[in-house]
Amino acid sequence: MNTPLRRLSVAVLLLFGLLLLNANYLQVVRADALHNDRNNSRLITEEYSRERGPILVGEDPITTSVETDDDLRYLRTYTNGELYAPATGFYSLVYGASGVERERNSVLAGTDDSLFVRRIIDTLTGAQPKGGSVKLTLDAQAQRAAYRGLQRTGGKGSVVAIDPTTGAILALVSSPSYDPNLLASHSTGEVTRNYEQLSSDRSRPMLNRALRQTYPPGSTFKIVTAAAALESGTFSPDSEVRNDPELDLPLTDTTLPNFDNAPCSSSGAATLTDALKRSCNVAFGQIGLDLGADALREQAEKFGFNEAFEVPMRSVASRFPENPDEPQTAQSAIGQFDVRATPLQMAMVAAAVANRGVLMEPYLVQELIAPDLSVLDSTRPRELGTAVSPQTAASLAQMLTAVVEDGTGTNAAIDGVRVAGKTGTAQQGGGRPPHAWFVSFAPSDTDSQVAVAVVIEDGGGQPEVSGNLLAAPIAQAVMRAVLRR
Amino acid sequence: MSRGGRGRSSRTVELILLVFSLATSMAAYAAVGLAHDGALPAGMLGYGGGLALLFGAAHVALRRLAPDADPVLLPAATLINGLGLAVIHRLDLAYADRAEALGREVPSAAAPAQLTWTAVGVILFVVVLVLVRDHRILQRFTYTAMLAGLVLLLLPLMPLIGTTINGARIWIRVAGFSFQPGEVAKILLLIFFAGYLVAKRDVLALAGRRIAGIDLPRARDLGPVVVTWVASLGVLVFERDLGTSLLFFGVFVALLYVATERLSWLLIGLALFLSGSFLAWTLFGHVRERVDIWLNAFAPRNVSDDSYQLVQGLFGMGTGGLLGAGLGQGRPDIVPYAQTDFIVAAIGEELGLTGLMAVLVVYAILVQRGLRSAIAVRDSFGKLLAAGLAFSVALQVFVVVGGVTRLIPLTGLTMPFLSYGGSSLVANWVLVALLLRISDAARRPAPSPSAVSLQDARTQVVRL
Repeated sequence: MNTPLRRLSVAVLLLFGLLLLNANYLQVVRADALHNDRNNSRLITEEYSRERGPILVGEDPITTSVETDDDLRYLRTYTNGELYAPATGFYSLVYGASGVERERNSVLAGTDDSLFVRRIIDTLTGAQPKGGSVKLTLDAQAQRAAYRGLQRTGGKGSVVAIDPTTGAILALVSSPSYDPNLLASHSTGEVTRNYEQLSSDRSRPMLNRALRQTYPPGSTFKIVTAAAALESGTFSPDSEVRNDPELDLPLTDTTLPNFDNAPCSSSGAATLTDALKRSCNVAFGQIGLDLGADALREQAEKFGFNEAFEVPMRSVASRFPENPDEPQTAQSAIGQFDVRATPLQMAMVAAAVANRGVLMEPYLVQELIAPDLSVLDSTRPRELGTAVSPQTAASLAQMLTAVVEDGTGTNAAIDGVRVAGKTGTAQQGGGRPPHAWFVSFAPSDTDSQVAVAVVIEDGGGQPEVSGNLLAAPIAQAVMRAVLRR
Repeated sequence: MSRGGRGRSSRTVELILLVFSLATSMAAYAAVGLAHDGALPAGMLGYGGGLALLFGAAHVALRRLAPDADPVLLPAATLINGLGLAVIHRLDLAYADRAEALGREVPSAAAPAQLTWTAVGVILFVVVLVLVRDHRILQRFTYTAMLAGLVLLLLPLMPLIGTTINGARIWIRVAGFSFQPGEVAKILLLIFFAGYLVAKRDVLALAGRRIAGIDLPRARDLGPVVVTWVASLGVLVFERDLGTSLLFFGVFVALLYVATERLSWLLIGLALFLSGSFLAWTLFGHVRERVDIWLNAFAPRNVSDDSYQLVQGLFGMGTGGLLGAGLGQGRPDIVPYAQTDFIVAAIGEELGLTGLMAVLVVYAILVQRGLRSAIAVRDSFGKLLAAGLAFSVALQVFVVVGGVTRLIPLTGLTMPFLSYGGSSLVANWVLVALLLRISDAARRPAPSPSAVSLQDARTQVVRL
């Protein structure tokens, strides 16, 4: 029996060899992957046992970690959660994180390389390691004014306000919104229920409309077309433009009419300024045909179209169609056909005009601050390029000021401040009501302090949809909040 | 009969190894205290003294009752038992901390119970050595052992005393004590297997038809293996105990091969195993579920649900890496049943690959010393019994560690000596006592030639 016994002991050695090999595979080869797997509860308890840093607006924390007597030590808590959700995002046990919570996680969690020395000191002194804080560029009053304005329309929409000289985002609002506290709970069942409810809600409260939703920009795109016209050198604000009630679109049987099927100017001749002031489709359709799609696209791209931005959350790119034929070019020139823009993009268009033609990179994070309150990083404004010449910018500012002072955008006027703006009523087709837009900046005669874009989806369900009626008052409120008037 | 110097030197080696095992166990216990409270545990001296007394007694018993026995078996078992105590204690502390943090009632500590069971185990260890002065007397109880083993195996199925815990019906509860009779049944059935195969090996070795160069046994001799196969499937079906089922069948087939030296029995066993597995897989949801958890452990549908225990164990081992988090410094308490089925994951997490490999090597040594005794002992019954006892430990370790490290599907057995559990611990101490008894016979020096003249000596037939 000894031969089979010897074979048996060899077999046993082989079995143990397999176990040892497999243990080596797990604990050496796969060790890092297993440790860092996002389902590894150890990572979560490690993360939740540290005090995560706050997110600040001005000097006020809008997101903090509150100590609990729970298994996981700190609970993420949002004040005015719905108001700031498009900026803060959420921080969830089940669904990870989004927004600034996600993009600046390493500082908030205290694991950033810049906090390395701090961590060593904490370890040595036995101090409880803490996360750093993130200070946003948001202006609390502007943010509140924008959110309140959107709430009042009762519909869906978004507002983005930018400081034209720096690119700092002053307001970033999306409505309807959601309360990130619903996803921050330590009860996974509760979080899952809330998340499922939010994501199946047909009004899509978790969609960040300001950065991630594109809309046809409608007449607000005429700022881009006007810029292209002025930059071409063949147009000035006083150039005479086509003054018919409707434009025959080449190659088709259809026509492009003005809003009220009337000529742009009753005096028989209209200038580019008149056309912008009254938002004449015929004039801009013709300009589009004159300039061609390439010139329009080039101008749009100088304002940031066809490009995504990281603010630090990634926006979706706004689009100008690739190969439109002539009728499509005329449609595109008035912001229809396949032109699509995010609220962020239209705010950038206004901001570039306001900043003497220079487009600044938009950003939401002002400072990263260590737990000891030393500043780790402060965002320096960065130029993205020159969208239009200073002369063109000045002409555009003047023409857009006329829009607010005695054109289609009178509801954006502020006493004692010159305001430039442009309305938009973007057709969607399919029988759905149009989107109402308003894009503006102020002051328009000296250094501008704020540029705003407002969009209200489907006209907010109102019987009469117009940018001036629905969107301009919100833009006005936001501008007043920033200008403190 | 002279007891020469060999026995004494064996026991000296054993004593030295035993001191090392106890020192390691104490170091582990101290490390837990240092990590948890920043100080050596208060009862350290009493605990160490108690362990030293207990295992010292086992050592003294061996000096008197089995002086020639293998010197490595007792220290190896002691080391694993001692380390297990430290890890169980460490998890007790974690569970208590968590319950306190949540304001719940602190669960009763497992380590003191395990310590009591260790004492009971060592006492039974000595009792076995006293009662079984020669392992061959066990052969007389071949069929009694079978009957008792089967009754024990079936006890959990009885109404009133049988209890289902975590889906497996392998517990009995009598007068407030719960007990897993399968562990004791294991030893009794091993005695039966050995006795039965000694009696029938010649018949079972007879060649039947020859197919593809392999001598197949005669069809009518297939009876016993088929009966064992059916019994194993019965355990699986009625008690839902995949591990025990696999263990019994595997050990029986291995012993059948050892007894008959016929490879064909291994092939038949393998074929029966495969068909049984397939049958179980097609017929039973819980088997399919186990396989799915194994193959798709990281699938989102399983990860936070069915395979949670497995993957959290794997994450722990990955987090532990090469050197481990250190005893008391990881989170093995995240893994459900870390004190029993998943104690290996706790060791992998806190002692790292290094610690896990060390533990596996100690098991391997224990098994190899057992198999060596089987080779060295002269009687067939002793050979088969020692082989069965040693191989059952090997197979059990393979099935548990393989399951926890996702080499094979999880089956739900406990680690011998390491896992928390009285019945398992006591049964394994009895198992080691029997192995030591056999190794004592194996290593006992032959009567010196001067005492018996060569002419008077009987001709010894040694089957090799």
